Amino acid sequence: MEEAADAKARKTGVRLCCLCDQRRAALKRPKTLEQICRECFYKVFEEEIHQVIVENQLFKPGDRVAIGASGGKDSTVLAYVLSELNHRHNYGLDLFLLSVDEGITGYRDDSLETVKRNEIQYGLPLKIVSYKDLYGWTMDEIVKMIGLKNNCTFCGVFRRQALDRGAALLKVDKVATGHNADDIAETVLLNILRGDIARLSRCTSITTGEDGPIPRCKPFKYTYEKEIVMYAYFKRLDYFSTECIYSPNAYRGFAREFIKDLESIRPRAILDIIKSGEDFRISTNTKMPEQGTCERCGYISSQKWCKACVLLEGLNRGLPKLGIGRSRGLDNDGRKDVKHSTGTKNIESKQCGTLDF
Amino acid sequence: MQLTLEFGGGLELLCDSVKIHNINVQLKNGEEKLTMRDLLAWVRTNLVRERPEMFMKGDSVRPGVLVLVNDCDWELSGQLDTTLEEKDVVVFISTLHGG
Repeated sequence: MEEAADAKARKTGVRLCCLCDQRRAALKRPKTLEQICRECFYKVFEEEIHQVIVENQLFKPGDRVAIGASGGKDSTVLAYVLSELNHRHNYGLDLFLLSVDEGITGYRDDSLETVKRNEIQYGLPLKIVSYKDLYGWTMDEIVKMIGLKNNCTFCGVFRRQALDRGAALLKVDKVATGHNADDIAETVLLNILRGDIARLSRCTSITTGEDGPIPRCKPFKYTYEKEIVMYAYFKRLDYFSTECIYSPNAYRGFAREFIKDLESIRPRAILDIIKSGEDFRISTNTKMPEQGTCERCGYISSQKWCKACVLLEGLNRGLPKLGIGRSRGLDNDGRKDVKHSTGTKNIESKQCGTLDF
Repeated sequence: MQLTLEFGGGLELLCDSVKIHNINVQLKNGEEKLTMRDLLAWVRTNLVRERPEMFMKGDSVRPGVLVLVNDCDWELSGQLDTTLEEKDVVVFISTLHGG
């Protein structure tokens, strides 16, 4: 049937792949505007990711690497491509799937089923860490207590830590996440809009947390969402695509829509925004928040207590507003510290939404 | 005209959670061909049950929704001006859901 289609393509003047000049073009690449066939697409898609991994030295031979797996398109394609490349180019990596169970009925339980199938399909061991086990609360229980306002703050803060804790349990050297070029361009814009210079300067880094115990990297930093979805579609990869039932995430939605509008006019805009983000420099006399460790749990924190501990304390004491918004932390008497900290400290308190994953 | 439509990436939720629809579109009087522009208008009226803004923007799909006609990116065939033929398969996939 493919051959028949190719023959028909030649006869009717439908475009042939500009790389092989043999087969019918199947998509237009946003990055280059080239029209290429499926086979050439697989090749260039995988090869570009390989180049990004090699040039940025994302992994070392013998590394144990956890892939942050949500069951969605990006992490599913990441798991598939990384295990392919690991075999093909002898990276010598031990790959694992690491999932976080937030405890959201009808959403995460379904997407975890996808991850469990991926475990079998790709032969990668899976570790699931749950909010319930780590914090004693599921997101369903948290929403029941605090309602649908600020719930994404809890989820984002908890997820970030949960992934690190899961990675520590797996004793991995690195965590790889599926953030793609569109996600990063969106985050650059959001951080500019929020005036969050601390995050702006690190959100385009391909590897972060190198000073911490387990660094994270983004092999899809330069990979367009369109190509990830096309790849998953053509390869019939099994992924889950339902919006979280608790997350309207309007603010990020606007940035996302704006990026997509830009892309439809000029697809390169996405890479250009990432480039702008990379080239931002913060003047050396700007005071940046200092990273220390949480007195309570030892996790990295620029405050006495890390955000997760403050939020958890609020939940356990029945004061769920603790740690939300501009007021910060607890003083020793357990009173809410409403003193507005000055300058850059506030920057750290703002959430980066689900992208901080 | 008989067509097969497939909705994916979460778009199926807008169409009674059914992914594959075999449809029959009547050509307008005097018209001889059906374009993607016509098909989108038909889908919006006949298939999309809720939140049409998740699927369309203006007279086209919302940016971020991928369209394939016979497994070929519609950006190669003229997008809205793509002419459809009997038994064509049109796939819509949202890239906007989850990661």
